[in-house]
Amino acid sequence: MPTRGTPHAANVGVASPESTMTLLRELVAHLRQNRTQLREEWARRITEAELLTAMTKEEIFAEATSVYDNYVEALETGTFEALQAYARNLSERIIPRGVETHEVVGIVLLLRDVLARSLFAKYQADFTKLNRILDAYEPAANRIANTVAVGFVQERERIIREQQEAIRELSTPVLQVRERLLILPIIGVIDPQRARQLTEQLLRGIRTNRAKVVVIDITGVAAMDATVANHLVQTVEASRLLGATVIVTGLSPEIAQTLVTIGVDLGKMTTVGDLQGGIEEAERLLGYKVVPFAETPVEN
Amino acid sequence: MDVPVLKQGHYLIATVQSALTDADLAQMRRSLVEQVGKFRSRGVIVDVTAVDVLDSFACRTLRDIAHMAGFRGAETVIVGIHPDLAFTMVQLGLSLEGVSTALDLEEGLAFLDQQTRRAGRTTLHSGSAIATPPPPPRAKR
Repeated sequence: MPTRGTPHAANVGVASPESTMTLLRELVAHLRQNRTQLREEWARRITEAELLTAMTKEEIFAEATSVYDNYVEALETGTFEALQAYARNLSERIIPRGVETHEVVGIVLLLRDVLARSLFAKYQADFTKLNRILDAYEPAANRIANTVAVGFVQERERIIREQQEAIRELSTPVLQVRERLLILPIIGVIDPQRARQLTEQLLRGIRTNRAKVVVIDITGVAAMDATVANHLVQTVEASRLLGATVIVTGLSPEIAQTLVTIGVDLGKMTTVGDLQGGIEEAERLLGYKVVPFAETPVEN
Repeated sequence: MDVPVLKQGHYLIATVQSALTDADLAQMRRSLVEQVGKFRSRGVIVDVTAVDVLDSFACRTLRDIAHMAGFRGAETVIVGIHPDLAFTMVQLGLSLEGVSTALDLEEGLAFLDQQTRRAGRTTLHSGSAIATPPPPPRAKR
């Protein structure tokens, strides 16, 4: 319990749970009674501090109302699940609007201040009571600020993870270009995690599309370390277990060197110089022959 | 637990329902090789769709089945390996080398048809491996 460094400090001991609840109820009643003015005061302070600039005055007011009510409710019930859920919900809505973490933390602390000041004003005559009210208020208010801020940050992190996942998926598409023929064009750096993801997507793709031939094109990959190269070889073998032949195309000189260095058994892996050659080989394996339209003149 | 073996024309299909003990695997191998002889089968399909795990003994048994059935005149194909299982097996070095594999029962049957045709064991005209699709219609101006 924080001490106030006043002569009355000795009177400020650990409040019993019952009296804390009574005090909290009293203060919640006060906050509800003065809801309108306190909320306005808070909205004013938010604008003054130039927070939530991404939102309109109406939006700020609407959100402020919800936050205020949830805040007071959390104080009243002492439980924070509803607040947590609200914080996540709120974050989901305002993050796409470009609201930053410091703004969210800022406005919650401003509300804390506005409410604290209002308590100072009300109980200024009875210093002891004020101390006891603040003893009840502060831990709860801190917990609320914490809950809202953490909820916001967690939501941001969740969104970032989702976006990263989306980028990963985009960068390793599995494309069907003919019946039973899949192409996996890879561009960029393959780290072990991406390699694992690639393999998973490929094997599932083979099963879903019932592919018999897969062309993995690595023209866009400059180099890969021995671990990833091994992983590629294993992917080829695993594909075989699903009944599919893999043709790897577009190996750079560096990658060719890596494969030789790690001693890849070329009998286990079919490679062709470029993607065009790979597709032609794949079509051949599947029994296709591409025949150009004849050049003879057309009869009407 | 006995693995049910069905006869489908010239092929035998063994469907593994669940995890097999070493004894069950040995029994399956015995049974299949026996029936290949009895029915003069040309192909054996072992369907492991329902299997989560294939340990080294199971893989060796599958290879044995392929070799032994081969000696008695039948081609073997393993079907239904789950994608996750496939990768785990390869990582553990259990790659079923030398044993044919296919995605599922349908593919397995198509594979066996192709193999037995190539071996000239049916009277169907084998045709060439490369088939040209029908010529496209002439463009009209």
